[in-house]
Amino acid sequence: MSAVLETRDLCKRFGALTVADNINFRLEAGAKHALIGPNGAGKTTFVNLLTGLLAPSSGTVMLGGQDVTLLPQSGRVKRGLGRTFQINTLFREMSVLDNVALGIAERLGLSGKLWRPAGHYAAVREEAMSLLDSLAIADQAARRVSDLPYGQQRLVEIAIALGLKPTVLLLDEPAAGVPSLETERILNALDSLPKTIAILIIEHDMDLVFRFADRITVLVQGEVLCEGAPQEIANDARVQSVYLGERRA
Amino acid sequence: MKHPVGYGADARLRWTEWLPWVVAVAVFFLLPEYLSLGARVLTYILFALSLDLVLGYAGIVTLGHAAFFGTGAYVAGILAAKLGVTDPVIQLLASAAAAALLGLATGAVILRTHGLAQLMLTLAVAAVCLEIANKATALTGGADGLSGVSVAAIFGQFKFDMYGRTAYLWCLLLVFTGWWLVRRVIYSPFGATLTGIRENSVRMHSIGAPVYQRLLTVYTLSAAMAGTAGALLTQTNQFVGLNVLGFEPSGEILVMLILGGVGRLYGAFVGPLLFLIAQDYLARQFPEYWYFGIGLILVLVVLFARGGILGISDAIIARMGRKS
Repeated sequence: MSAVLETRDLCKRFGALTVADNINFRLEAGAKHALIGPNGAGKTTFVNLLTGLLAPSSGTVMLGGQDVTLLPQSGRVKRGLGRTFQINTLFREMSVLDNVALGIAERLGLSGKLWRPAGHYAAVREEAMSLLDSLAIADQAARRVSDLPYGQQRLVEIAIALGLKPTVLLLDEPAAGVPSLETERILNALDSLPKTIAILIIEHDMDLVFRFADRITVLVQGEVLCEGAPQEIANDARVQSVYLGERRA
Repeated sequence: MKHPVGYGADARLRWTEWLPWVVAVAVFFLLPEYLSLGARVLTYILFALSLDLVLGYAGIVTLGHAAFFGTGAYVAGILAAKLGVTDPVIQLLASAAAAALLGLATGAVILRTHGLAQLMLTLAVAAVCLEIANKATALTGGADGLSGVSVAAIFGQFKFDMYGRTAYLWCLLLVFTGWWLVRRVIYSPFGATLTGIRENSVRMHSIGAPVYQRLLTVYTLSAAMAGTAGALLTQTNQFVGLNVLGFEPSGEILVMLILGGVGRLYGAFVGPLLFLIAQDYLARQFPEYWYFGIGLILVLVVLFARGGILGISDAIIARMGRKS
Protein backbone atom coordinates (compact mmCIF):
# COMPACT_ATOMS: atom_id res chain seq x y z
CA MET A 1 0.00 0.00 0.00
CA SER A 2 1.08 3.58 -0.61
CA ALA A 3 1.24 6.24 2.03
CA VAL A 4 -1.28 9.05 1.65
CA LEU A 5 0.39 10.99 4.42
CA GLU A 6 4.00 10.70 5.40
CA THR A 7 6.55 12.62 7.44
CA ARG A 8 10.31 12.38 7.10
CA ASP A 9 12.57 13.39 9.99
CA LEU A 10 9.98 15.90 11.13
CA CYS A 11 11.22 18.16 13.93
CA LYS A 12 9.66 21.00 15.83
CA ARG A 13 11.50 22.92 18.50
CA PHE A 14 10.28 25.79 20.63
CA GLY A 15 13.59 27.21 21.80
CA ALA A 16 15.32 24.46 23.77
CA LEU A 17 12.15 22.39 23.95
CA THR A 18 11.85 19.71 21.30
CA VAL A 19 8.21 18.73 20.86
CA ALA A 20 8.63 16.70 17.67
CA ASP A 21 11.86 14.75 17.40
CA ASN A 22 12.66 13.18 14.03
CA ILE A 23 9.23 11.75 13.49
CA ASN A 24 9.01 9.33 10.59
CA PHE A 25 5.42 8.40 10.14
CA ARG A 26 3.35 6.77 7.39
CA LEU A 27 -0.40 6.75 7.06
CA GLU A 28 -1.50 4.19 4.48
CA ALA A 29 -4.50 4.70 2.21
CA GLY A 30 -7.65 3.60 3.97
CA ALA A 31 -5.83 2.96 7.25
CA LYS A 32 -7.47 3.40 10.63
CA HIS A 33 -4.50 4.55 12.57
CA ALA A 34 -4.36 5.73 16.17
CA LEU A 35 -1.76 7.99 17.74
CA ILE A 36 -1.47 7.55 21.49
CA GLY A 37 0.87 8.77 24.14
CA PRO A 38 0.91 10.32 27.59
CA ASN A 39 -0.06 13.95 28.14
CA GLY A 40 2.47 16.33 26.68
CA ALA A 41 3.86 13.75 24.26
CA GLY A 42 3.39 16.19 21.38
CA LYS A 43 0.38 14.57 19.72
CA THR A 44 -1.53 17.77 19.01
CA THR A 45 1.70 19.48 17.90
CA PHE A 46 2.19 16.65 15.46
CA VAL A 47 -1.31 17.15 14.05
CA ASN A 48 -0.67 20.89 13.78
CA LEU A 49 2.51 20.16 11.84
CA LEU A 50 0.60 17.86 9.50
CA THR A 51 -2.10 20.45 8.78
CA GLY A 52 0.25 23.39 8.40
CA LEU A 53 -1.00 25.28 11.44
CA LEU A 54 2.61 25.07 12.64
CA ALA A 55 5.71 25.16 10.46
CA PRO A 56 8.29 22.45 11.25
CA SER A 57 11.82 23.35 12.32
CA SER A 58 13.09 20.73 9.88
CA GLY A 59 11.88 17.70 7.97
CA THR A 60 9.17 17.21 5.38
CA VAL A 61 5.47 16.46 5.24
CA MET A 62 4.24 14.52 2.21
CA LEU A 63 0.57 14.44 1.26
CA GLY A 64 -0.51 12.15 -1.56
CA GLY A 65 3.12 11.62 -2.50
CA GLN A 66 3.87 15.33 -2.82
CA ASP A 67 5.93 17.54 -0.57
CA VAL A 68 3.51 19.96 1.14
CA THR A 69 5.88 21.24 3.83
CA LEU A 70 5.70 24.78 2.52
CA LEU A 71 2.03 24.68 1.54
CA PRO A 72 -0.35 26.73 3.71
CA GLN A 73 -3.30 25.06 5.43
CA SER A 74 -5.79 25.94 2.71
CA GLY A 75 -3.61 24.24 0.08
CA ARG A 76 -3.44 21.05 2.13
CA VAL A 77 -7.21 21.06 2.66
CA LYS A 78 -7.66 21.32 -1.11
CA ARG A 79 -5.49 18.20 -1.41
CA GLY A 80 -7.81 16.28 0.84
CA LEU A 81 -6.57 16.85 4.38
CA GLY A 82 -9.32 17.42 6.94
CA ARG A 83 -9.05 17.75 10.70
CA THR A 84 -10.99 18.22 13.90
CA PHE A 85 -9.78 19.95 17.04
CA GLN A 86 -9.25 18.65 20.54
CA ILE A 87 -10.93 21.75 21.94
CA ASN A 88 -14.11 22.68 20.06
CA THR A 89 -13.19 25.14 17.34
CA LEU A 90 -16.57 26.16 16.03
CA PHE A 91 -18.32 29.22 14.67
CA ARG A 92 -20.14 29.71 17.93
CA GLU A 93 -22.60 32.44 16.98
CA MET A 94 -23.59 30.75 13.75
CA SER A 95 -26.20 28.05 13.19
CA VAL A 96 -25.26 24.39 13.10
CA LEU A 97 -26.20 24.38 9.44
CA ASP A 98 -23.89 27.28 8.63
CA ASN A 99 -21.03 25.72 10.56
CA VAL A 100 -21.13 22.77 8.21
CA ALA A 101 -22.15 24.71 5.09
CA LEU A 102 -19.11 27.00 5.28
CA GLY A 103 -16.77 24.07 4.72
CA ILE A 104 -18.91 22.49 2.02
CA ALA A 105 -19.12 25.80 0.13
CA GLU A 106 -15.38 26.17 0.44
CA ARG A 107 -14.84 22.70 -1.02
CA LEU A 108 -17.24 23.40 -3.89
CA GLY A 109 -15.47 26.70 -4.61
CA LEU A 110 -18.62 28.74 -3.97
CA SER A 111 -17.63 30.66 -0.90
CA GLY A 112 -15.99 33.55 -2.76
CA LYS A 113 -19.29 34.38 -4.47
CA LEU A 114 -20.57 37.70 -3.32
CA TRP A 115 -23.71 38.36 -5.23
CA ARG A 116 -26.49 35.84 -4.77
CA PRO A 117 -27.72 35.11 -1.24
CA ALA A 118 -26.12 32.05 0.37
CA GLY A 119 -29.61 30.55 0.77
CA HIS A 120 -29.79 30.41 -3.02
CA TYR A 121 -27.22 27.60 -3.10
CA ALA A 122 -29.60 24.75 -2.29
CA ALA A 123 -26.99 22.08 -3.08
CA VAL A 124 -24.80 23.31 -0.21
CA ARG A 125 -27.72 23.34 2.21
CA GLU A 126 -28.94 19.90 1.18
CA GLU A 127 -25.50 18.35 1.50
CA ALA A 128 -25.09 19.96 4.92
CA MET A 129 -28.49 18.63 6.02
CA SER A 130 -27.79 15.08 4.88
CA LEU A 131 -24.45 15.19 6.69
CA LEU A 132 -26.14 16.39 9.89
CA ASP A 133 -28.74 13.71 9.37
CA SER A 134 -26.06 11.02 9.24
CA LEU A 135 -24.86 12.22 12.65
CA ALA A 136 -28.44 12.37 13.94
CA ILE A 137 -28.32 16.11 14.65
CA ALA A 138 -30.35 17.32 11.66
CA ASP A 139 -33.08 18.50 14.04
CA GLN A 140 -30.58 20.97 15.55
CA ALA A 141 -29.65 22.54 12.19
CA ALA A 142 -31.22 25.93 12.85
CA ARG A 143 -29.91 26.30 16.40
CA ARG A 144 -26.95 28.40 17.32
CA VAL A 145 -24.04 26.09 17.90
CA SER A 146 -23.18 27.67 21.26
CA ASP A 147 -26.65 26.67 22.49
CA LEU A 148 -26.02 22.96 21.92
CA PRO A 149 -24.92 20.58 24.67
CA TYR A 150 -21.21 19.78 24.60
CA GLY A 151 -21.58 16.30 23.15
CA GLN A 152 -23.53 17.58 20.18
CA GLN A 153 -21.00 20.34 19.65
CA ARG A 154 -18.40 17.56 19.34
CA LEU A 155 -20.51 16.06 16.58
CA VAL A 156 -20.63 19.41 14.77
CA GLU A 157 -16.85 19.57 15.15
CA ILE A 158 -16.63 16.29 13.23
CA ALA A 159 -19.38 17.24 10.76
CA ILE A 160 -17.41 20.30 9.64
CA ALA A 161 -14.42 18.11 8.79
CA LEU A 162 -16.55 15.48 7.05
CA GLY A 163 -18.09 18.23 4.90
CA LEU A 164 -14.68 18.70 3.34
CA LYS A 165 -14.84 15.11 2.01
CA PRO A 166 -11.25 14.51 3.03
CA THR A 167 -9.13 11.59 1.85
CA VAL A 168 -7.09 11.95 5.02
CA LEU A 169 -8.92 12.75 8.23
CA LEU A 170 -7.15 13.76 11.43
CA LEU A 171 -9.29 13.45 14.55
CA ASP A 172 -7.84 15.10 17.64
CA GLU A 173 -9.56 13.42 20.59
CA PRO A 174 -13.00 13.37 18.98
CA ALA A 175 -14.61 11.75 22.02
CA ALA A 176 -13.06 13.97 24.69
CA GLY A 177 -15.76 14.89 27.16
CA VAL A 178 -18.48 13.17 25.18
CA PRO A 179 -21.10 11.00 26.92
CA SER A 180 -20.90 7.35 25.91
CA LEU A 181 -24.09 7.49 23.88
CA GLU A 182 -22.58 10.11 21.64
CA THR A 183 -19.23 8.31 21.51
CA GLU A 184 -21.24 5.51 19.96
CA ARG A 185 -22.67 7.92 17.39
CA ILE A 186 -19.21 9.21 16.57
CA LEU A 187 -17.91 5.69 16.05
CA ASN A 188 -20.87 4.76 13.89
CA ALA A 189 -20.35 7.86 11.78
CA LEU A 190 -16.68 6.99 11.33
CA ASP A 191 -17.54 3.40 10.48
CA SER A 192 -19.95 4.50 7.79
CA LEU A 193 -17.33 6.62 6.02
CA PRO A 194 -15.98 5.28 2.72
CA LYS A 195 -13.26 2.72 3.40
CA THR A 196 -10.81 4.63 1.21
CA ILE A 197 -10.51 7.46 3.73
CA ALA A 198 -7.41 7.22 5.86
CA ILE A 199 -8.06 8.25 9.45
CA LEU A 200 -5.55 9.23 12.08
CA ILE A 201 -7.16 9.42 15.49
CA ILE A 202 -5.61 10.82 18.65
CA GLU A 203 -7.43 9.45 21.65
CA HIS A 204 -7.05 8.79 25.33
CA ASP A 205 -10.00 6.44 25.54
CA MET A 206 -8.24 3.07 25.11
CA ASP A 207 -11.47 1.16 24.52
CA LEU A 208 -12.20 3.40 21.60
CA VAL A 209 -8.65 3.15 20.27
CA PHE A 210 -8.56 -0.64 20.37
CA ARG A 211 -12.03 -0.91 18.88
CA PHE A 212 -11.36 1.50 16.08
CA ALA A 213 -7.73 1.30 15.05
CA ASP A 214 -5.99 -1.34 12.99
CA ARG A 215 -2.63 0.26 13.62
CA ILE A 216 -1.23 2.24 16.54
CA THR A 217 1.71 4.59 16.91
CA VAL A 218 2.96 5.50 20.39
CA LEU A 219 4.47 8.93 20.82
CA VAL A 220 6.52 9.77 23.92
CA GLN A 221 8.22 13.12 24.46
CA GLY A 222 8.06 14.02 20.81
CA GLU A 223 9.53 10.71 19.65
CA VAL A 224 7.92 7.66 18.11
CA LEU A 225 8.38 4.93 20.71
CA CYS A 226 6.93 2.14 18.61
CA GLU A 227 4.33 1.32 16.03
CA GLY A 228 2.37 -1.82 15.32
CA ALA A 229 -0.93 -3.67 15.30
CA PRO A 230 -3.10 -3.16 18.41
CA GLN A 231 -2.16 -6.52 19.92
CA GLU A 232 1.57 -5.86 19.53
CA ILE A 233 1.20 -2.47 21.18
CA ALA A 234 -0.86 -3.86 24.04
CA ASN A 235 1.80 -6.48 24.71
CA ASP A 236 4.80 -4.22 24.27
CA ALA A 237 6.72 -3.96 27.53
CA ARG A 238 8.04 -0.46 26.79
CA VAL A 239 4.55 0.84 26.09
CA GLN A 240 3.25 -0.71 29.27
CA SER A 241 5.97 0.84 31.38
CA VAL A 242 5.93 4.27 29.73
CA TYR A 243 2.33 4.69 28.93
CA LEU A 244 -0.15 2.16 30.18
CA GLY A 245 1.81 1.67 33.39
CA GLU A 246 1.81 5.34 34.00
CA ARG A 247 -1.91 5.51 33.52
CA ARG A 248 -2.53 2.73 35.99
CA ALA A 249 -0.40 4.40 38.60
CA MET B 1 -34.15 43.05 13.64
CA LYS B 2 -30.87 41.14 14.04
CA HIS B 3 -30.51 39.72 10.60
CA PRO B 4 -29.72 36.07 10.39
CA VAL B 5 -27.53 35.57 7.34
CA GLY B 6 -26.01 32.43 5.89
CA TYR B 7 -27.22 29.29 4.18
CA GLY B 8 -30.45 28.92 6.07
CA ALA B 9 -31.45 32.57 5.90
CA ASP B 10 -34.28 34.12 3.97
CA ALA B 11 -32.71 37.01 2.08
CA ARG B 12 -35.97 38.61 0.95
CA LEU B 13 -36.66 42.15 2.07
CA ARG B 14 -38.86 42.45 5.12
CA TRP B 15 -41.30 45.34 5.37
CA THR B 16 -39.31 46.87 8.24
CA GLU B 17 -36.36 47.24 5.90
CA TRP B 18 -38.30 49.80 3.87
CA LEU B 19 -38.82 51.99 6.94
CA PRO B 20 -35.52 53.94 6.72
CA TRP B 21 -36.29 54.88 3.13
CA VAL B 22 -39.84 55.93 3.90
CA VAL B 23 -38.52 58.10 6.72
CA ALA B 24 -35.78 59.56 4.51
CA VAL B 25 -38.24 60.53 1.79
CA ALA B 26 -40.69 61.89 4.35
CA VAL B 27 -37.96 64.10 5.80
CA PHE B 28 -37.35 65.56 2.36
CA PHE B 29 -40.95 66.74 2.07
CA LEU B 30 -41.80 67.48 5.70
CA LEU B 31 -38.62 68.98 7.15
CA PRO B 32 -37.09 71.11 4.39
CA GLU B 33 -35.15 73.23 6.91
CA TYR B 34 -33.24 70.16 8.11
CA LEU B 35 -31.98 68.96 4.76
CA SER B 36 -28.36 69.98 5.30
CA LEU B 37 -28.29 68.09 8.60
CA GLY B 38 -30.03 65.27 6.77
CA ALA B 39 -27.32 65.14 4.10
CA ARG B 40 -24.72 65.02 6.83
CA VAL B 41 -26.53 62.15 8.54
CA LEU B 42 -26.77 60.27 5.25
CA THR B 43 -23.07 60.79 4.56
CA TYR B 44 -22.18 59.32 7.93
CA ILE B 45 -24.62 56.45 7.42
CA LEU B 46 -22.67 55.49 4.31
CA PHE B 47 -19.43 55.79 6.27
CA ALA B 48 -20.87 53.71 9.12
CA LEU B 49 -22.08 51.05 6.65
CA SER B 50 -18.54 50.73 5.34
CA LEU B 51 -17.24 50.32 8.88
CA ASP B 52 -19.92 47.76 9.76
CA LEU B 53 -18.77 45.62 6.86
CA VAL B 54 -15.23 45.30 8.23
CA LEU B 55 -15.90 45.59 11.97
CA GLY B 56 -19.35 44.08 12.38
CA TYR B 57 -19.09 41.29 9.84
CA ALA B 58 -15.41 40.55 9.26
CA GLY B 59 -14.35 41.48 12.81
CA ILE B 60 -11.47 43.76 11.79
CA VAL B 61 -11.11 46.31 14.58
CA THR B 62 -10.02 49.63 13.16
CA LEU B 63 -9.40 53.04 14.66
CA GLY B 64 -8.27 54.50 11.36
CA HIS B 65 -11.22 54.27 9.02
CA ALA B 66 -11.07 58.03 8.53
CA ALA B 67 -7.97 57.42 6.39
CA PHE B 68 -10.30 56.29 3.62
CA PHE B 69 -13.04 58.79 4.38
CA GLY B 70 -10.49 61.63 4.35
CA THR B 71 -8.72 60.37 1.24
CA GLY B 72 -12.06 60.31 -0.56
CA ALA B 73 -12.83 63.81 0.66
CA TYR B 74 -9.47 65.17 -0.46
CA VAL B 75 -9.46 63.46 -3.86
CA ALA B 76 -12.87 64.94 -4.67
CA GLY B 77 -11.75 68.32 -3.31
CA ILE B 78 -8.44 68.41 -5.18
CA LEU B 79 -10.12 67.34 -8.40
CA ALA B 80 -12.67 70.13 -8.04
CA ALA B 81 -10.50 72.94 -6.69
CA LYS B 82 -7.13 72.28 -8.32
CA LEU B 83 -7.74 70.26 -11.46
CA GLY B 84 -11.04 71.66 -12.61
CA VAL B 85 -12.85 68.31 -12.65
CA THR B 86 -16.27 69.39 -11.47
CA ASP B 87 -18.41 66.45 -12.54
CA PRO B 88 -19.74 64.92 -9.29
CA VAL B 89 -19.95 61.38 -10.65
CA ILE B 90 -16.32 61.43 -11.80
CA GLN B 91 -15.32 62.89 -8.44
CA LEU B 92 -17.09 60.08 -6.60
CA LEU B 93 -15.60 57.37 -8.77
CA ALA B 94 -12.10 58.81 -8.43
CA SER B 95 -12.49 59.10 -4.66
CA ALA B 96 -13.75 55.54 -4.37
CA ALA B 97 -10.91 54.27 -6.54
CA ALA B 98 -8.23 56.18 -4.61
CA ALA B 99 -9.59 55.01 -1.25
CA ALA B 100 -9.85 51.43 -2.54
CA LEU B 101 -6.23 51.56 -3.66
CA LEU B 102 -5.17 52.85 -0.26
CA GLY B 103 -7.27 50.13 1.38
CA LEU B 104 -5.63 47.45 -0.74
CA ALA B 105 -2.10 48.73 -0.11
CA THR B 106 -2.45 49.25 3.65
CA GLY B 107 -4.73 46.24 4.15
CA ALA B 108 -2.05 44.03 2.59
CA VAL B 109 0.11 44.84 5.61
CA ILE B 110 -2.45 45.46 8.35
CA LEU B 111 -4.43 42.26 7.76
CA ARG B 112 -1.36 40.10 8.33
CA THR B 113 -1.51 41.18 11.98
CA HIS B 114 -4.10 40.62 14.71
CA GLY B 115 -5.48 42.24 17.79
CA LEU B 116 -3.65 45.17 19.27
CA ALA B 117 -0.99 45.29 16.55
CA GLN B 118 -3.73 45.55 13.96
CA LEU B 119 -5.46 48.29 15.89
CA MET B 120 -2.23 50.29 16.20
CA LEU B 121 -1.47 49.91 12.49
CA THR B 122 -4.89 51.23 11.46
CA LEU B 123 -4.28 54.19 13.73
CA ALA B 124 -0.82 54.70 12.22
CA VAL B 125 -2.12 54.67 8.63
CA ALA B 126 -4.63 57.40 9.44
CA ALA B 127 -1.94 59.43 11.24
CA VAL B 128 0.38 59.20 8.24
CA CYS B 129 -2.41 60.28 5.88
CA LEU B 130 -3.16 63.24 8.15
CA GLU B 131 0.44 64.34 8.16
CA ILE B 132 0.74 64.05 4.38
CA ALA B 133 -2.36 66.21 3.95
CA ASN B 134 -0.96 68.67 6.49
CA LYS B 135 2.37 69.05 4.68
CA ALA B 136 1.20 68.95 1.07
CA THR B 137 -0.18 72.47 1.31
CA ALA B 138 0.03 73.11 -2.43
CA LEU B 139 -2.58 70.43 -3.02
CA THR B 140 -4.57 70.33 0.18
CA GLY B 141 -4.25 73.83 1.62
CA GLY B 142 -2.77 72.25 4.75
CA ALA B 143 -4.23 73.43 8.02
CA ASP B 144 -6.21 76.19 6.28
CA GLY B 145 -8.26 73.59 4.48
CA LEU B 146 -9.16 73.32 0.85
CA SER B 147 -11.71 75.85 -0.36
CA GLY B 148 -12.93 76.74 -3.81
CA VAL B 149 -14.48 73.33 -4.33
CA SER B 150 -16.94 73.60 -7.17
CA VAL B 151 -19.31 70.85 -8.13
CA ALA B 152 -21.18 70.85 -11.43
CA ALA B 153 -24.76 69.73 -11.87
CA ILE B 154 -25.34 66.01 -11.33
CA PHE B 155 -25.69 64.24 -14.69
CA GLY B 156 -25.58 67.79 -16.13
CA GLN B 157 -29.16 68.24 -14.88
CA PHE B 158 -29.44 68.77 -11.13
CA LYS B 159 -27.59 71.72 -9.65
CA PHE B 160 -26.63 71.79 -5.99
CA ASP B 161 -29.05 74.39 -4.60
CA MET B 162 -28.69 76.55 -1.51
CA TYR B 163 -31.49 74.71 0.31
CA GLY B 164 -29.59 71.45 0.12
CA ARG B 165 -32.41 69.66 -1.71
CA THR B 166 -30.19 68.24 -4.45
CA ALA B 167 -27.43 67.39 -1.98
CA TYR B 168 -29.91 65.49 0.22
CA LEU B 169 -31.32 63.44 -2.63
CA TRP B 170 -27.82 62.80 -4.03
CA CYS B 171 -26.69 61.50 -0.64
CA LEU B 172 -29.85 59.45 -0.32
CA LEU B 173 -29.27 57.85 -3.72
CA LEU B 174 -25.72 56.88 -2.75
CA VAL B 175 -26.67 55.57 0.68
CA PHE B 176 -29.38 53.48 -0.96
CA THR B 177 -26.85 52.07 -3.42
CA GLY B 178 -24.34 51.42 -0.63
CA TRP B 179 -26.96 49.74 1.55
CA TRP B 180 -28.07 47.53 -1.32
CA LEU B 181 -24.48 46.50 -2.06
CA VAL B 182 -23.65 45.76 1.58
CA ARG B 183 -26.86 43.81 1.98
CA ARG B 184 -26.04 41.64 -1.02
CA VAL B 185 -22.53 41.04 0.26
CA ILE B 186 -23.52 40.03 3.79
CA TYR B 187 -26.18 37.59 2.60
CA SER B 188 -23.82 36.01 0.05
CA PRO B 189 -21.56 33.00 0.63
CA PHE B 190 -18.70 35.51 0.80
CA GLY B 191 -20.52 37.29 3.61
CA ALA B 192 -20.98 33.99 5.43
CA THR B 193 -17.23 33.37 5.25
CA LEU B 194 -16.61 36.85 6.69
CA THR B 195 -18.79 35.97 9.67
CA GLY B 196 -16.92 32.69 9.89
CA ILE B 197 -13.58 34.51 10.02
CA ARG B 198 -14.90 36.81 12.74
CA GLU B 199 -16.19 33.85 14.73
CA ASN B 200 -13.17 31.59 14.37
CA SER B 201 -10.34 32.29 11.96
CA VAL B 202 -8.45 29.16 13.08
CA ARG B 203 -11.31 27.00 11.88
CA MET B 204 -11.67 28.99 8.66
CA HIS B 205 -8.05 28.16 7.85
CA SER B 206 -8.65 24.50 8.61
CA ILE B 207 -11.58 24.25 6.19
CA GLY B 208 -9.34 25.61 3.47
CA ALA B 209 -10.56 29.21 3.29
CA PRO B 210 -8.12 31.81 1.95
CA VAL B 211 -8.69 33.99 5.01
CA TYR B 212 -6.20 36.74 4.23
CA GLN B 213 -7.48 37.17 0.68
CA ARG B 214 -11.09 37.38 1.88
CA LEU B 215 -10.21 40.00 4.47
CA LEU B 216 -8.27 42.03 1.93
CA THR B 217 -11.23 41.94 -0.45
CA VAL B 218 -13.69 43.21 2.13
CA TYR B 219 -11.23 45.79 3.45
CA THR B 220 -10.76 47.21 -0.05
CA LEU B 221 -14.50 47.24 -0.67
CA SER B 222 -15.11 48.99 2.63
CA ALA B 223 -12.37 51.54 1.90
CA ALA B 224 -14.03 52.37 -1.42
CA MET B 225 -17.34 52.96 0.35
CA ALA B 226 -15.73 55.13 3.02
CA GLY B 227 -14.00 57.10 0.25
CA THR B 228 -17.33 57.66 -1.46
CA ALA B 229 -18.77 58.95 1.79
CA GLY B 230 -15.81 61.31 2.10
CA ALA B 231 -16.40 62.61 -1.42
CA LEU B 232 -20.05 63.22 -0.53
CA LEU B 233 -18.94 65.30 2.44
CA THR B 234 -16.75 67.42 0.16
CA GLN B 235 -19.51 67.87 -2.40
CA THR B 236 -22.12 68.92 0.13
CA ASN B 237 -19.77 71.17 2.16
CA GLN B 238 -17.76 72.46 -0.80
CA PHE B 239 -14.80 72.54 1.54
CA VAL B 240 -12.30 70.03 2.92
CA GLY B 241 -10.72 70.51 6.34
CA LEU B 242 -7.79 68.59 7.78
CA ASN B 243 -10.06 67.16 10.47
CA VAL B 244 -11.56 64.64 7.99
CA LEU B 245 -8.35 62.66 8.40
CA GLY B 246 -7.98 63.14 12.15
CA PHE B 247 -8.56 60.71 14.93
CA GLU B 248 -11.93 62.30 15.62
CA PRO B 249 -13.92 61.00 12.64
CA SER B 250 -12.37 57.51 13.08
CA GLY B 251 -13.44 57.49 16.70
CA GLU B 252 -16.80 59.13 16.10
CA ILE B 253 -17.85 56.71 13.39
CA LEU B 254 -16.97 53.86 15.73
CA VAL B 255 -19.05 55.48 18.48
CA MET B 256 -21.97 55.94 16.08
CA LEU B 257 -21.84 52.32 14.98
CA ILE B 258 -21.60 51.03 18.55
CA LEU B 259 -24.54 53.24 19.52
CA GLY B 260 -26.65 51.86 16.69
CA GLY B 261 -25.49 48.27 17.00
CA VAL B 262 -22.49 46.56 15.41
CA GLY B 263 -22.95 43.83 12.81
CA ARG B 264 -26.65 44.52 12.35
CA LEU B 265 -26.68 46.43 9.07
CA TYR B 266 -29.31 48.87 10.34
CA GLY B 267 -27.21 49.87 13.32
CA ALA B 268 -25.28 51.92 10.77
CA PHE B 269 -28.52 53.83 10.13
CA VAL B 270 -29.66 54.35 13.70
CA GLY B 271 -26.27 55.29 15.16
CA PRO B 272 -25.34 58.28 12.95
CA LEU B 273 -28.93 59.53 13.03
CA LEU B 274 -29.05 59.55 16.80
CA PHE B 275 -25.50 60.79 17.26
CA LEU B 276 -25.71 63.70 14.84
CA ILE B 277 -29.15 64.82 15.99
CA ALA B 278 -27.99 64.66 19.60
CA GLN B 279 -24.86 66.56 18.63
CA ASP B 280 -26.89 69.19 16.77
CA TYR B 281 -29.30 69.63 19.66
CA LEU B 282 -26.82 69.44 22.51
CA ALA B 283 -24.35 71.75 20.77
CA ARG B 284 -27.07 74.38 20.55
CA GLN B 285 -28.34 73.94 24.11
CA PHE B 286 -25.01 73.42 25.87
CA PRO B 287 -22.31 74.79 23.57
CA GLU B 288 -19.59 74.09 26.11
CA TYR B 289 -20.61 70.72 27.46
CA TRP B 290 -22.29 68.95 24.57
CA TYR B 291 -19.68 66.21 24.34
CA PHE B 292 -20.58 65.28 27.90
CA GLY B 293 -24.03 64.24 26.70
CA ILE B 294 -22.60 62.11 23.90
CA GLY B 295 -20.17 60.52 26.34
CA LEU B 296 -22.95 59.75 28.78
CA ILE B 297 -25.05 58.05 26.11
CA LEU B 298 -22.07 55.97 25.05
CA VAL B 299 -21.25 54.89 28.59
CA LEU B 300 -24.87 53.81 29.11
CA VAL B 301 -24.96 51.86 25.86
CA VAL B 302 -21.68 50.08 26.52
CA LEU B 303 -22.66 49.26 30.10
CA PHE B 304 -26.23 48.19 29.60
CA ALA B 305 -26.85 47.56 25.93
CA ARG B 306 -23.98 45.79 24.21
CA GLY B 307 -26.03 45.36 21.04
CA GLY B 308 -26.61 49.12 20.77
CA ILE B 309 -29.99 50.76 20.29
CA LEU B 310 -31.11 47.98 17.96
CA GLY B 311 -30.05 45.44 20.55
CA ILE B 312 -32.43 47.08 23.03
CA SER B 313 -35.28 47.04 20.53
CA ASP B 314 -34.57 43.36 19.81
CA ALA B 315 -34.77 42.55 23.49
CA ILE B 316 -38.08 44.42 23.86
CA ILE B 317 -39.59 42.69 20.83
CA ALA B 318 -38.41 39.31 22.11
CA ARG B 319 -39.96 39.96 25.53
CA MET B 320 -43.28 41.06 24.03
CA GLY B 321 -43.25 37.95 21.84
CA ARG B 322 -42.82 35.74 24.89
CA LYS B 323 -45.67 37.40 26.80
CA SER B 324 -48.24 37.28 24.01
